[in-house]
Amino acid sequence: MFKIIKRENLVPNIHLIKIHAPKIAEKCKPGQFVIIMPDEKGERIPLSIADWDKEEGTITSVFLVVGTSTFKLSRLNAGDSIPSFVGPLGRASEIDNFGTVVCVGGCYGIGAIYPIVKALKEKGNEVITLIDVRSKYLLYWEEKLKKASDEFIVSSRDGSYGFNGYAPEALKDLIQKEKIDRVIVVGCTYLMYKCSETTKPYKIKTTVSLNPIMVDGTGMCGACRVKIGEETKFACVDGPEFDGHSVDWEELFARRKFYFDDEILSLCEWEKRLI
Amino acid sequence: MKEKELYREEFEKEWRKELRKSIPVKERMKIPRQKMPEREPEERIKYFKEVNLGLTEDQAVEEAKRCLDCANPQCIKGCPVRIDIPTFIKLIEKGKFVEAAKKIKETNSLPAICGRVCPQEIQCEKECTMKKATGVPIAIGNLERFVADYERETGKVDIPEIAPSTGKKVAIIGSGPAGLTVAGELIKKGHQVTIFEALHKPGGVLVYGIPEFRLPKHILNAEIDYLRRMGVEIITDFVVGMTATIEDLKEEGYEAFFIGTGAGLPNFMRIEGENLVGVYSANEYLTRVNLMKAYEFPEYDTPVYKGKRVAVIGGGNVAMDAVRTAKRLGAERAMIIYRRSKAEMPARVEEIKHAEEEGIEFHFLTNPIRYIGDKNNRLIAMECIKMELGEPDASGRRRPIPIKGSEFKMEVDMVVVAIGQSPNPLIPKTTPQIKVGKWGNIEVDWETMQTSMEGVYAGGDIVRGGATVILAMGDGRRAAQSIDRYLKDKR
Repeated sequence: MFKIIKRENLVPNIHLIKIHAPKIAEKCKPGQFVIIMPDEKGERIPLSIADWDKEEGTITSVFLVVGTSTFKLSRLNAGDSIPSFVGPLGRASEIDNFGTVVCVGGCYGIGAIYPIVKALKEKGNEVITLIDVRSKYLLYWEEKLKKASDEFIVSSRDGSYGFNGYAPEALKDLIQKEKIDRVIVVGCTYLMYKCSETTKPYKIKTTVSLNPIMVDGTGMCGACRVKIGEETKFACVDGPEFDGHSVDWEELFARRKFYFDDEILSLCEWEKRLI
Repeated sequence: MKEKELYREEFEKEWRKELRKSIPVKERMKIPRQKMPEREPEERIKYFKEVNLGLTEDQAVEEAKRCLDCANPQCIKGCPVRIDIPTFIKLIEKGKFVEAAKKIKETNSLPAICGRVCPQEIQCEKECTMKKATGVPIAIGNLERFVADYERETGKVDIPEIAPSTGKKVAIIGSGPAGLTVAGELIKKGHQVTIFEALHKPGGVLVYGIPEFRLPKHILNAEIDYLRRMGVEIITDFVVGMTATIEDLKEEGYEAFFIGTGAGLPNFMRIEGENLVGVYSANEYLTRVNLMKAYEFPEYDTPVYKGKRVAVIGGGNVAMDAVRTAKRLGAERAMIIYRRSKAEMPARVEEIKHAEEEGIEFHFLTNPIRYIGDKNNRLIAMECIKMELGEPDASGRRRPIPIKGSEFKMEVDMVVVAIGQSPNPLIPKTTPQIKVGKWGNIEVDWETMQTSMEGVYAGGDIVRGGATVILAMGDGRRAAQSIDRYLKDKR
């Protein structure tokens, strides 16, 4: 059993969870993920690592409530235990001195981009952090990210804060203004897709952290297979980060929707049991 | 040769001599092979309960009487873990069921599992003298299962003698059949044994792969519990290579290692449409159903697609497990698509028979060449080609050759690819000192099961690349003997 140190509702529908897992904290690197189960009957859900503390022996993740298992997770509190927490999984982000790097984060990725921003900055990059929110009230970790970056930009789709529009548009503005050497995007699939489309004509290498459906997370089941160029890769062991210009996005969108009906049914059943 | 002497010693015992004399050979040969009761096909396809129901006590004794107790028993040679088969069978004939179970456990700590999943027809039962004499071997597997179940159900499972502690720590990576066997052997020798398992439940393929209707989880859990009671520590949620490397574990004081991480990398055919929604690897499909209990969705959160027209590609045990699972989950047509003919199928005879009884369709000499999706990338059909058999290939089986122009389409809404697995690459990738072969399998000295790294041993599918439970256990047994020797010499 793994102990929950903290669980906090950051903004509507997005939660932070901090778990005591000293072994994982000892090993983890930016860009990696963990697999978590909220209870014995839950799904194994992959979550990107948003922060860790070696001294404290903790791992922090930020997650969006989408189905039953994430809903269950959002109802747990400090002191509760979960039956399964495993990691760190996947390959670490490529951290090097690239020059000027734009780190785009949206949704849960606002948290998950943080260790990448920090590591890139430490390597001497000029780091521009671009955060995508639908509206200002969905923004979190503003101070934390601002402190870690050289430049910090928020784009809000309703114009309530910062850049008025969708993050890929803000990204395009940046590219037209200055020389960008690399772009890294963590967030929902559509954001990653759109950012990759934006940078493609400019031939700026763009890394995306894919989030397909997974089961074991160690390369055993192949649920997370994604087509990268002509090759099929397993996101759990070959990724999760890939070249955004080579991803078969249409296939990824379709595969992520495989259990859409089941997820709704499951959630309805679970909510019935709560009442 | 120590083993052989032991068998001989048992054979020469007075009670055995008397028992042999008690029924004339001719009479023994007249007794028919006892048929194990099983659930009716039309019943069992409605749920996941175990198909086989086990021999009754009377049946077991009757079956044991068929064994001629040969002076030169061949059955033992067919057993990868060298169980003293005649002795345990004769103990059954005497009604000493618990003693029979203990006899098996001297060489095999997982008899309830082996009795259920071993391909006896190509091992012990193939060599049986009765098979050669009458064509019908002794039901060794069913008898093994009977005594293991009897011992467990009557609560007469005793912990065997454990040697005084050696103070040596052994790390076992992977809790499948190979790892569990090594753990059982080494704990008896007084070593401190820890198993590291990546998933949240121990058992490896026994828990994620083999379905409930063939190996009920409570039986696996009882076997694992038995190891725990002997003192084996099992740490789940620990991916060696990621959570800690072998080098890290060495620093923590582990002096010897056994890698039994299995064939955890599903093979695909690399044909068009394999990533369509509705195409599963057998590993994923079975893991969802067995480990995550998707057949109890939505009570359990993990879903699985319930295909109506399901094609399972392959002819092995995993393919049989997948197709029979699909049937139980409501498939109207559950089909095996196999590129060779029935004679070449690697699945156990019993699994094929059970599948046939359950209404599984077999399409032999057929191979998929592409999968077809709709505009939403969802599988709707597949295109196949007919095959014919040519000359035997490296495996000794006749090579299937596509028949030009024989392409045809089949409507399917779900496909499970069960064409085999490759060794899981996680450990080789994170431990470059370990030498791997062409297929990513860890290379070992087959006598000792030692890898190219000192103190590190390996066995099972990580070495063999997709074999059986019992071969993994045979490897485990040999590796355990070497590890014990290694630790003792090190002292």
